[in-house]
Amino acid sequence: MEALLVKDVSKQYSQHKALDNVSVNIPEKTIFGLLGPNGAGKTTLIRIINQIINADGGEILVFGEKLKPQHIEIIGYLPEERGLYKKMKVGDQLLYLAQLKGLSRHDALAKIKVWFEKFEIKDWWHKKVEDLSKGMAQKVQFISTVLHEPKLIILDEPFSGFDPVNAQLITEKILELKENGSTIIFSTHRMETVESLCDHIALINKSKKILEGPKKQVKEQFRSNTFVVEHRGNGFTLPAGKYTVKKQSKIEGDLYTTTLQAVEGINGNQVIRDLIDITEVYSFQEKLPTMADIFIGLVKGEGDEALKKHLQEV
Amino acid sequence: MNKVWLIIQREFLNRVQKKSFLITTILVPLIFPAIIGVLVYIMKKEADSAKADNVQVVDESGKFVFENTRKYNFTKLQLPLEQAKKAYSETKDFALLYIPPFDINSPKGMVIYTKENPSIEKVGGLESILEDRIRDLKLEEYKIDKETLKNLKTNISLKQINISESGEEKSSNSGLLYGLGFLLGILIYMFVLIYGIQIMQGVIDEKTSKIVEVIVSSVKPFQLMLGKIIGIASVGLLQFVIWMILISVLSTGVLGYFGVQMPQKQAMEEVTKNINDDEVKEAMQKTQGSELNEMLANASQIPFTKIALVFAFYFLGGYLLYGALFAAVGSAVESIQESQQFQFPITLPLLIGYFGLFMFILRDPHGPVSFWLSIIPFTSPVAMVGRIAFDVPTWQLALSMALLVAGFIFTTWIAGRIYRVGILMTGTKVSWKVLAKWFMMRE
Repeated sequence: MEALLVKDVSKQYSQHKALDNVSVNIPEKTIFGLLGPNGAGKTTLIRIINQIINADGGEILVFGEKLKPQHIEIIGYLPEERGLYKKMKVGDQLLYLAQLKGLSRHDALAKIKVWFEKFEIKDWWHKKVEDLSKGMAQKVQFISTVLHEPKLIILDEPFSGFDPVNAQLITEKILELKENGSTIIFSTHRMETVESLCDHIALINKSKKILEGPKKQVKEQFRSNTFVVEHRGNGFTLPAGKYTVKKQSKIEGDLYTTTLQAVEGINGNQVIRDLIDITEVYSFQEKLPTMADIFIGLVKGEGDEALKKHLQEV
Repeated sequence: MNKVWLIIQREFLNRVQKKSFLITTILVPLIFPAIIGVLVYIMKKEADSAKADNVQVVDESGKFVFENTRKYNFTKLQLPLEQAKKAYSETKDFALLYIPPFDINSPKGMVIYTKENPSIEKVGGLESILEDRIRDLKLEEYKIDKETLKNLKTNISLKQINISESGEEKSSNSGLLYGLGFLLGILIYMFVLIYGIQIMQGVIDEKTSKIVEVIVSSVKPFQLMLGKIIGIASVGLLQFVIWMILISVLSTGVLGYFGVQMPQKQAMEEVTKNINDDEVKEAMQKTQGSELNEMLANASQIPFTKIALVFAFYFLGGYLLYGALFAAVGSAVESIQESQQFQFPITLPLLIGYFGLFMFILRDPHGPVSFWLSIIPFTSPVAMVGRIAFDVPTWQLALSMALLVAGFIFTTWIAGRIYRVGILMTGTKVSWKVLAKWFMMRE
């Protein structure tokens, strides 16, 4: 089932259109990357899902049901602009936010205790937020997002403000949440996060969705028949008309690496076959585009041709 | 509703648990009795320690016989003025009084020489001594004895009685009502302003700390606004009740302690002491006693319970009406400084009510301006509370209350529409035009 189904959602602000007939399918129990440059409309979409603002048109289904006020209890939201009540104690704050999400006081207390142990911060209850460091406050905020065990978790730039150690800790917790059956939506610019964590992605640019699908499939879609070969000896001549050598460099001794592009219709096996005859192949790999490549290519260019050009250049 | 309750709880507890709440709640009621106490104490000390001033007199007319009083010691000099001046400047005496020969029908040319500027009170004291003496001289000349003069004086004090709608007669005291109206009107004005600004501050804090986005993903912006307004209102009511209790307990205590030595009473005793005629003295004491009793009787006739209830209603109504507007302003701006441009137009009607209180309501509580000020919702909290002690017709009170309820529902509706957009907007330059646009924006 789809955890979230966004159908033809539009939102018009006075001067500009923030979302233009955007549709996204987010499968259950996945980590979904919602990508796009600043001002593309990601935050507007997230706010609509969180029922902070209403869409002008379209439909949103959460686990098959039309979005309604009760759904806030199964959604956890970490906004990009982090914020907590500065003068409030950590414990009271978590308790308050959890109760607003519909937890009873008793349940909330029990769950806070569990998370305090997980993060080894048992003595933080009486600390005021203004006395915490930025990283510490971020941890508290993360706990407040997931405390009510939401089935749908929306994280807007979750790693900003974390040092590598804490980022690792949060990554573990996110994967744990996924294991436990939550669906996670990531909104981020950090492509290495997308690369390592996301199963599915959607790309929004200028208020429109321009790309969507499983990460692997997206990458396949943008493969450019480029291969990287490590080989011994630098000199070889490939059959003209079939291959172009894009780049060649020395690694060490007589070990070289060559990037080459094959014309359409030639697959990896064919390339190896051709190479074996003319050089000693040390390693061989098809070069798939990175998410960063796809992102930049799509956002910068207009249409597929420009993207292909960009992908070939990198 | 459950969530609004959570928000109210947080706003209330968060403020009440603060040290500053405890301090202001206890200190403010202490300040008034403390100031009164200190002033009375100083006045008493001064009166006790005051010494009579020495006044040298050069009387060329020969018509004056000076007796020493509590305030002045007179020394007559038998010197010409020039020498007397020289002699005076070598002493530390307060003043040199020069009286030239004069015609009692148009006395002129009297001069007081002093070393420093004397107070009006001291000069006035001397003037009245001179006037008294000249009056006595005139009485002698016109052949009127003092007894006749005394009999000419009459003292009238009108007893005020209101005939109410039901035909019942009640005596009243406009001075007392004036004081009460004045106090209540100012209290409402202060409360609405102080707590309104607290709402605004709270909204700005939530907006700038960015917590608001998390909160509005759990509750509707309108619920958040309502919870905040009601939460702060309950803080205000609690503080008010504590103040009333503390002030009445402390004032009773302080006045009870100094009561016997109150300045007016002292002055009254002074007057009666100076009158030698026992009959007059007795008569005066009698009238004074009965006046005091009457005032107390009048005070007991003021329907304090009704006034307290009306006060509570207008406090809440006025607070809700203005509180919503303050919340809207808080949601639109990012700092208190930025809020100034919107604050003034909002508080203007409140200010009009405040000035109307002095200019119209307390002077003419039932005039047309007073009527309208106490009916229109924006000015009625201050105006009606100032007017209520003067017996407002029931239909006017009912109309005013109904309009106030309608008024705060209206402002809350407007504020809610601005608030829901404003709290999520950062970095926009906000003007009245922008606010109007937010107001018109669809859900």
